[in-house]
Amino acid sequence: MAFWIASSPHNHQQSETSALMRMVIYATIPGIFAQWYFFGWGNLIHIALAVATAFVAEFTVLSLRKKKITTQLFDGSAILTAVLLGISLPALAPWWITIIGSLFAIVVVKQLYGGLGHNPFNPAMAAYVMLLISFPVQMTLWQPPLSLLAMDIQLADTLSVIFTGYTPQGYSVEQIRTHIDGFTMATPLDTVKTNLTQGFTVLESMKAPTIGKYFGLGWEWINAGFLLGGLFLLSKKSIHWTTPVSFLSSLFICSFIAFIISPDSSASTMFHWFTGATMLGAFFILTDPVSGATSVKGRLIFGALAGLLVYLIRKFGGYPDAIAFAVLLCNMAAPLIDQYTRPRTYGHKLGAKK
Amino acid sequence: MKINPEYKELAWQGLWKNNPGLVQLLGLCPLLAVTSTVVNALGLGIATLFVLICSNATVSAIRQWVPKEIRIPIFVLIIAAFVTCVQLLMNAFTYDLYQSLGIFLPLIVTNCAIIGRAEAYASKNPVKQASFDGLMMGLGFLAVLVILGAIREVLGQGTLFDGANLLFGQWATELKVEIYHLDSKFLLAILPPGAFIAMGFLIAGKNAIDEKIAQAKPKKLEQAIERVRVNFEN
Repeated sequence: MAFWIASSPHNHQQSETSALMRMVIYATIPGIFAQWYFFGWGNLIHIALAVATAFVAEFTVLSLRKKKITTQLFDGSAILTAVLLGISLPALAPWWITIIGSLFAIVVVKQLYGGLGHNPFNPAMAAYVMLLISFPVQMTLWQPPLSLLAMDIQLADTLSVIFTGYTPQGYSVEQIRTHIDGFTMATPLDTVKTNLTQGFTVLESMKAPTIGKYFGLGWEWINAGFLLGGLFLLSKKSIHWTTPVSFLSSLFICSFIAFIISPDSSASTMFHWFTGATMLGAFFILTDPVSGATSVKGRLIFGALAGLLVYLIRKFGGYPDAIAFAVLLCNMAAPLIDQYTRPRTYGHKLGAKK
Repeated sequence: MKINPEYKELAWQGLWKNNPGLVQLLGLCPLLAVTSTVVNALGLGIATLFVLICSNATVSAIRQWVPKEIRIPIFVLIIAAFVTCVQLLMNAFTYDLYQSLGIFLPLIVTNCAIIGRAEAYASKNPVKQASFDGLMMGLGFLAVLVILGAIREVLGQGTLFDGANLLFGQWATELKVEIYHLDSKFLLAILPPGAFIAMGFLIAGKNAIDEKIAQAKPKKLEQAIERVRVNFEN
């Protein structure tokens, strides 16, 4: 039996930028769905706002730079940045937060450095950090899961809160965030951090209503959603396994050591994996091919460094979550990592003197 | 009255072409640190201007007697003396501004723009030109400070000339202009990273203007050399 042999290329993959970006955007859907299910419409509205702003900003800058607008505008990179920014913002943040963040991400962080492929920092995370240090009040207005809210929030209410600051009934964001028993609720990471400073043990803070049964009501499912999306990307080979694996194992090891040494003041390993932005960071942010390290060894170091930084900032730093800061710091370190982890060229000996 | 072309050149150099803030990028530390409001910027700018003029004049006046080997310590001492004068004056007359400028007032001593002018110009030129050079360089620096301060104050707080009374006395409280009202300050513009970003945009703007000017200028025609055959014999 003779096989029909086709001429090369044998296995052609349509790996255009736009196809890759589309794939990554699709992979965020499970996480966004979980966010919508547990926290309501807020993030979807922010994503829509961010995408619209990013489109306008990208179009304006591209036409100023006299670039090919049709190909570069629709390569999906700006949309992906905007989606990631929209996901990471607090659900009830005011509308101008998204607009400013999206503009900053596209115009300053991406286009001023030379556009796609030239930005040293991850645009979404740089914009997030910019917003966090500029507007600390608005950027910490985290909404508790819908099931814990005293009032029922529909799409119209969320829209009204985002655009005017009040629901049609006249409730402010602060009032929405307040529990029926009269205390304000924060994210699981924030709860644990605040409780530790007040002298509670981690075990005691695990009983807080925001944490729920496992690691954080709603948050565990959002992280599971992003994990699912990440695994989909891995199976499609859109991202390489090295960065997420080394990041997650580094975070695991750090939190495991701390948990062994002092279980009362350190949260468990799985708590670190399934709260905050861990999975989003591992699969969608750190794997950014532009601002990360490039070689396999480099990516392992890059991910491990990010995991260590996330753990250190979560445990000892001033902010409850640290993905954005860790990513920016690692972005800065990426060129240096690349410099020292150059893969051996085939045919060259290891450690041979020139 | 005819203006000496040398003075014209000095003014052009100090204010635009060789501006200490935008082109030489000297003295960035105070430039970025205290320009969160126009008034702070103005206060530091005037202090720097004063020190620059005085130090340039003095350095130029004693230039014959300064041994080359130890000129830098001598220049630093002169500058430090004037900075101390300014510091004491501001402490006496504009105490609140003195407080808000903090460490950056004594740090004028280490401002490279000043020692740079002393070394590069004042130590080689007569007193008159040297003081004029100090004035122009100081004005250039002051202008950049004030523009940067204005950008950051408008973006950060939505006001202009907030706290002008610290510099000019009680009557100046009325100078404060509220351009738009912000419920929450745009902290990035007030924090040092905002200064770096705004400074980058200023430099980019200056370069863009320079490029426009260069393009608008008619290009000098290359003088064509015509070769004429001279040996007709063959």
